[in-house]
Amino acid sequence: MIKAENIVKSFDGRTVLKNISVQFEAGQTNLIIGRSGSGKTVLLKCLVGLHEVDEGAIYYDDVCFSTLDFRRRKAIRRDVGMIFQGGALLDASTVEENVKLPLDLFTDQSEEEKMERVNYCLKRVNLDHAHHLYPSELSGGMVKRAAIARAIVMNPRYLFCDEPNSGLDPQTSIVIDNLIQDITKEYNITTIINTHDMNSVMEIGEKVVFIYEGNKWWEGSHDDILQADNKELNDFVFASAMAKRARGVF
Amino acid sequence: MFRIFESIGRYTLLMQKVFSRPEKMRIYYTRIMYEMEALGLNSIGLTAIISIFIGAVVTLQMAITLESPFIPQYMIGYATREVMILEFSSTVVALILAGKVGSNIASEIGTMRITEQIDALEIMGINSASYLILPKIVSTVFFFPFLAIFSMLIGIAGGYAMASITGIMNPTEYIDGLKYCFYIDEIWYALVKMAFFAFIITSISAFFGYYAKGNSLEVGKASTQAVVVSSIAIMICNLILTQLLRT
Repeated sequence: MIKAENIVKSFDGRTVLKNISVQFEAGQTNLIIGRSGSGKTVLLKCLVGLHEVDEGAIYYDDVCFSTLDFRRRKAIRRDVGMIFQGGALLDASTVEENVKLPLDLFTDQSEEEKMERVNYCLKRVNLDHAHHLYPSELSGGMVKRAAIARAIVMNPRYLFCDEPNSGLDPQTSIVIDNLIQDITKEYNITTIINTHDMNSVMEIGEKVVFIYEGNKWWEGSHDDILQADNKELNDFVFASAMAKRARGVF
Repeated sequence: MFRIFESIGRYTLLMQKVFSRPEKMRIYYTRIMYEMEALGLNSIGLTAIISIFIGAVVTLQMAITLESPFIPQYMIGYATREVMILEFSSTVVALILAGKVGSNIASEIGTMRITEQIDALEIMGINSASYLILPKIVSTVFFFPFLAIFSMLIGIAGGYAMASITGIMNPTEYIDGLKYCFYIDEIWYALVKMAFFAFIITSISAFFGYYAKGNSLEVGKASTQAVVVSSIAIMICNLILTQLLRT
């Protein structure tokens, strides 16, 4: 479980997150949605500790993460996996080296054990043919899948995904969404996904938090979202012509 | 003025992070070997080309300038040796490497910053500063002095070639000049200077790359700043080290 309590974050005097409190449970896919510039990426980066909050607290299970020093945060971070918008694979390393890096640095496993784990993770994301390819040789979908393999290689308890579908076609997006959801269920991970892709919301949004101008505006499940009478949420959800037509049909 | 002190403070904090205990020495060893090839071995060609021509030109200039019946010809070889060992092979080569290696480091780390690769390392619990910067510093501080020795040898050979090919002076006299009043301390002085310069180039360039933000334009700016600031720092350090080691 990850919990944010009354968090506030400002940049150069501009308040980006305004007193947000939210709880994300383990074993379910939690989605943060909102328009570009609404503050959802900042919220995700605050949750993961890449930005320090100005006020409020962030809890990983019962541990107050926001007050921990560097060394104790480092210990928690070994339980954290993150998939970045652009994949953030190390350019100078192959897919295999990227996935193996956390094992090399933080485990005392033998080379055979490490390779077994790397092979398993790459197979899990259907990249068992791409061991020796460099990130520049991969397609957008393959980069995301390699990033997922790297994120899960240490068996994380918390998984953060920043717009995992951006730049992908709808079919590949569904593959990535389902993969993240399957991994979440399989390992009972607390997964938080930052997205503005409505397909993802309807496909895997077990808990959805809508951020509007730095405030938590609405929360519920993908089943509730279509019936919600929140104007800003409806404007966001039914923004596309296709969604408007679908709303007319149903 | 405030920004200068702020930058010095941030640089100091970064170096503290860089020199904190590495996660696993074996991984660092592999990375040091990789960086030694990328930053050191790959600079041999450039160092060789520049050194051979400068050695030749210095010999030519000395031969023209010192053309006098009162100055023995071997002084040309002596002067060329002194120029190559004392200043060219360390200071000038360091300035050239600040351009080549410094911009490479700043743009590489800067790109890693803006494409979130550094954030990814931090999320994994890796000390990104130490993982990325320490191997570069260790490899250059170790390897650049060898480049300095290489530069001395190639430069002096360039001078000899100039003397032999053009006949501007007697090559035997050139060799005599190379041996004249030779003290091994001069070599040590040049190597110590080069080790300091290697640290300056790598750490300052890494600093500008590490704190780059924004887009590719900012990375380009960081790369330029890295070269300018390391060049100035090299000149200041050269003055201080010369005062300390030669007087």
